[in-house]
Amino acid sequence: MLTLERVSKVYRVGTFGTQPLNAVRDVSLTVPPGAVVSLIGESGSGKSTIGRMVLRLTSVTSGTIAFDGRNVAGLNGHRARKEYYRHVQGVFQDPFSCFNPIFPVDRVFELLRGEYFAATPDTEWRASMRRSIERVSLDPGQVLGRYPHQLSGGQLQRLLIARALMLDIRLLVADEIISMLDASTRIDVLNLLGDLREEGLGILFVTHDLSLGTYVSDTTVILRRGRIAETGPTGEVFASPRHPYTRGLLASVPRMHRTWAEADAELDAETGPCPVHDSAGSEHPADPVEVGAGHFVGCFSNDTCPE
Amino acid sequence: MSLDTAAVTGQGEGPSGRRGLDDLRFALRNPKLLAGGTVLLLLLLTAMVGPFFVSGDPNAYVGPQFAPPSGDHWFGTTSFGQDVFTQFVHGLRATFAVGALGGGIAGVLGMLVGFVGGYRGGLVDEVLNMVTNIVLVLPAMVVLIIAAAYLEARGLMVQGLFIGLTTWPWAARAIRAQTFSLAGREFVDLARLSGRRSWRIILREVAPNMYSYLVMSFILLFGGAVLIAAGLDFIGLGPTEGVSLGLMMHHSVTWGSLHLGTWWWFIPPGLGITAVVGSLYIANVGLDEVFNPRLREL
Amino acid sequence: MTVEVSELRVHYRTLRGSVQALDGASMEVGDGAIMGVVGESGCGKSTLGKSLIRMDGRMRHVGGSVRLGGEELPIGDDRAMQAFRYHEVSLIPQYAMSALNPTRRIGRMIGELLESRGVRFSEAKRELTRRLELVGLDGDVLKRFPIELSGGMKQRVVLVLSTLRDPSLLIADEATSALDVANQRAVAEALVGFRDRGFVGAMLFISHDLALVAQIADTVTVMYAGRSAESAPASELLRRPRHPYTRMLLSAVPTVGATIDERRQEGIPGSPPSLLDPPTGCRFKDRCPLAFDQCETRPPFVEVAPGHRVACWKAE
Repeated sequence: MLTLERVSKVYRVGTFGTQPLNAVRDVSLTVPPGAVVSLIGESGSGKSTIGRMVLRLTSVTSGTIAFDGRNVAGLNGHRARKEYYRHVQGVFQDPFSCFNPIFPVDRVFELLRGEYFAATPDTEWRASMRRSIERVSLDPGQVLGRYPHQLSGGQLQRLLIARALMLDIRLLVADEIISMLDASTRIDVLNLLGDLREEGLGILFVTHDLSLGTYVSDTTVILRRGRIAETGPTGEVFASPRHPYTRGLLASVPRMHRTWAEADAELDAETGPCPVHDSAGSEHPADPVEVGAGHFVGCFSNDTCPE
Repeated sequence: MSLDTAAVTGQGEGPSGRRGLDDLRFALRNPKLLAGGTVLLLLLLTAMVGPFFVSGDPNAYVGPQFAPPSGDHWFGTTSFGQDVFTQFVHGLRATFAVGALGGGIAGVLGMLVGFVGGYRGGLVDEVLNMVTNIVLVLPAMVVLIIAAAYLEARGLMVQGLFIGLTTWPWAARAIRAQTFSLAGREFVDLARLSGRRSWRIILREVAPNMYSYLVMSFILLFGGAVLIAAGLDFIGLGPTEGVSLGLMMHHSVTWGSLHLGTWWWFIPPGLGITAVVGSLYIANVGLDEVFNPRLREL
Repeated sequence: MTVEVSELRVHYRTLRGSVQALDGASMEVGDGAIMGVVGESGCGKSTLGKSLIRMDGRMRHVGGSVRLGGEELPIGDDRAMQAFRYHEVSLIPQYAMSALNPTRRIGRMIGELLESRGVRFSEAKRELTRRLELVGLDGDVLKRFPIELSGGMKQRVVLVLSTLRDPSLLIADEATSALDVANQRAVAEALVGFRDRGFVGAMLFISHDLALVAQIADTVTVMYAGRSAESAPASELLRRPRHPYTRMLLSAVPTVGATIDERRQEGIPGSPPSLLDPPTGCRFKDRCPLAFDQCETRPPFVEVAPGHRVACWKAE
């Protein structure tokens, strides 16, 4: 459904915009329908840039992002873009900042109505809005007509998902959507994503938190400084991480019932040589190499590859 | 996480509809805004209604020359026997007109350039920014003097237009900066994802968040236009026809009222300009306190 | 020195009345112990941290006391607190360095800060460099500008700076929350290291991240709606939580490797009450599955096992 093919993004930085900053480098991935792909990385890894490029909020420097085989960057004209957004929607990190603070929360729905449902009669529109809100386990009576600061972050975030569900979306880009929520409501939003996945929605789940990345995800992509360090089926990546970076992350993430020292001990075994260096000579020498079924590992030395 | 305190203090807040009421409550309690606003309103009323009561040509010779203020001529007369009060009332109207015109044009231009540049970014922004900077570094007064000197028929309109065309850059720069930060906010992204067109996003999402700022910018532009017009008039480059507060000062100085001690000729226009601009600025400081919660006193 | 917070009540003044952000928080931190304070947004954990060192203009000390080694801290008196700040009670905020002047070198900034606290920079410099090395930073870091340091390095500099006078109480308010996991671990381990060396007496580690708290804290206090809900040694709290809120909170946190397909976890229904007009009795009762008549009166925060205190009528 969504395919990224060697996507890169270069920003110009520095005093005169002369220094290139490689935010994303040669990232390839696919999001099939009914699957959650977790994009995990630390700040500056380029994970959010990828999400924004998929949503067309940032331009692509090179490579292609294709939705159903059509290049997303090539969508010209307002009508084509609008059609794209009918199927692809995003939810962002800060729910409070997604709502214009000076309007009631209903406004995010009204925005959609003005653009996509101008012909829908009022009663029908209100009914489908209520249905959508109920689908994210919210009580329409409790949230409609309220102002953003009167609702909790979890409620706002679910409202935004409900907004996206108004359209016939097939892909949802969820960019750090739970990192600002409280522990008690995080899991509800994650469960909601799990339910939507069951209904066939493809989800690109961007997060910096490993534990949240595993809970609801089929494929994991670990990003490091714009490049894919490791990717594969979630269980596989977490059970037998190959890249030293992934292993370091797993050793550092705090866990409730295991101390850091215990985690270190478990991972102490050798990582082995860099598989990318062994495969030098192929067409794209720096590309991740397959080490198991669907399990790819990028070059260990990242910047200097191939040496 | 700073959310913690935000949640603590945020919990007490009512709906935003009440925020508007809140602003009004603060506005009515702000002495600076009240004082500035009252003076301004009185002056505006005088300028709008006054000319209907003191009808007739303000430049007509109606009385004795150099008469001090009296029951017949409230503000006295000029060396030609023109009634200073009539001139003052008409001049005040001209001053407000040039302020509104110059400030209005500058405001519209500033918003246009600022919004488009800040929202679009990229090449569009760079070009607009370049234009802004060029106009910004042009010595506006000198340009105005040259332009005014070359123009044969100078009227209020032309003066206002020129002032507007030269004073917008700082407003554009400030609006651009604000738009730039607002355009990166997530609710703007969401509007984009809703298939909105850019100009509607600017008008309906970005601008409402800076209304208070736009109002204050306009007030400052208005005051600036009044001052520049008065300066031009004073050095003799004002409208060739009609009357304005600046022109009154110009004539009074030209005909030696300073030496002759006919204070009633130059004090009223001088005080008028000071009162208009001063009350505008004081009201602006008051508005800033109303809109900016950090300056509010609990 | 031990820190005893008992029934501390601190309210915020707002236009609409007073927000009871802290309304009966109690806890006890032993000398050389790290106390983790966890809870949702608005539970009062940050207010607690602020109250112990500096209240802002809107905060009012309404009741309760804080004792540091038996001596009462004058937390409501801004001027009297001045003598304690930095020397006795010190703070590591979340974004300490980003608030500082980016055009000043770090060494100079630290020098000025120390002088303003009555410490001679030249005398403190040796110890400063020594401690910077302990947290893995070169003494050269003093010659650099804040922008040249990563977030993790900055927080370590702040840690060294804020503990230079060996304070009896260190408050780390979300000190590692803005960092990525590797840096988070480094800073957290540096905190533990400083405690082990005796550079700090007691430590209050305020965080929203239960798993992180579990890594470094000796005891944990769970707060809810301005009050202490449960307090116990860390391992005891994780294994045998007694307060229904703690239990639900623990089961709502996904751990690495847990998946929705294996075991679906559930959140806590409802949301915390408004502290502008909080409910009477137990503040958790509206969300609590065990709530019954008695919850209309406030449950006392009592010891149910050695070092394990719970504020719940149903906790036995």
